[in-house]
Amino acid sequence: MTTADIAAQDDAKTANAEIAFYLKDEHDHPEGSSTALGFWIYLMSDCLIFAVLFAIYGVLGANYAAGPSPKDLFELPLVALNTTMLLLSSITYGFAMLTMEKGRVAATQIWLAVTGLFGLAFLSIELYEFHHLIEIGATPQRSAFLSAFFTLVGTHGLHVTFGTIWLVTLMVQVAKHGLIAANRRRLMCLSMFWHFLDVVWIGVFTFVYLTGMLR
Amino acid sequence: MSSEAHGDHGDHGDHVEAHGSFRGYLTGFLLSVVLTAIPFWLVMNNVLDNKQATAIIIMAFAVVQIVVHMVFFLHMNGRSEGGWTMLALIFTIILVVIALTGSLWVMYHLNTNMMPGHDMSQMQ
Repeated sequence: MTTADIAAQDDAKTANAEIAFYLKDEHDHPEGSSTALGFWIYLMSDCLIFAVLFAIYGVLGANYAAGPSPKDLFELPLVALNTTMLLLSSITYGFAMLTMEKGRVAATQIWLAVTGLFGLAFLSIELYEFHHLIEIGATPQRSAFLSAFFTLVGTHGLHVTFGTIWLVTLMVQVAKHGLIAANRRRLMCLSMFWHFLDVVWIGVFTFVYLTGMLR
Repeated sequence: MSSEAHGDHGDHGDHVEAHGSFRGYLTGFLLSVVLTAIPFWLVMNNVLDNKQATAIIIMAFAVVQIVVHMVFFLHMNGRSEGGWTMLALIFTIILVVIALTGSLWVMYHLNTNMMPGHDMSQMQ
């Protein structure tokens, strides 16, 4: 007998009694069991924001309005340094997750702190770059290319900023409550967020900086 | 959450190795370093002397590196959360590809066909 047959029989039985469109035997969902999937779906929606910003940059990236072009503005050694910072922060966060798995609070905190420092280094370099650009007159108002550039890279920078704030918050949480289940879940979400930002940065340095220099 | 029993949800498998291993992270990191260094080297030293080819190659490197990050850092596989993360990812990739290629394609043609300089010769 196929499942369809069984379902049909069941339907016939329940049709007489009462029609139920929901599961009556409520099964147990442990707290946080769906957080990972939910957070992943949030990340995917975030991914769409970045896709739109990349599309805008792709369309407007060559409209210089007789202003500076990527070749005049971008300094690849600085971008390479920035990329290194973010990549290093990714692996140190990975180490934080590994020590968290072993339940070593102090080691987890140290790796989280190192990750935060790399994040801050990334942000400092990016702010230095933005400051330099604005100082020489390459402001977001200058051309469509610069508007799109500042929006895309700035949005990524904002994400890293909030990720860093989140990281500090979680370090306080871990210090107060230890590596309890809730904190491990939060750390796992931040881990996904952090690695996701690194993935977006791959797109930024390739699509914005490297191809910009090729124009 | 890794140690919690999941009742009748069956064995999810992902919770066992959700956070990867030291070896996995190291592999991902080393691959990423190589996959980042080569595009920078290609562009900074102007190795190929052919801009179009260089652009295509660095894009390919970016795609490979994104996959490396997905596998080694984000621990993507077809089994986690019963395949739902993979499904969400595939759906997102489809949307991203449509948004990106669609915008670039349409706007490129718009620019080419609507440029004011296009009909200058007939405007005397």
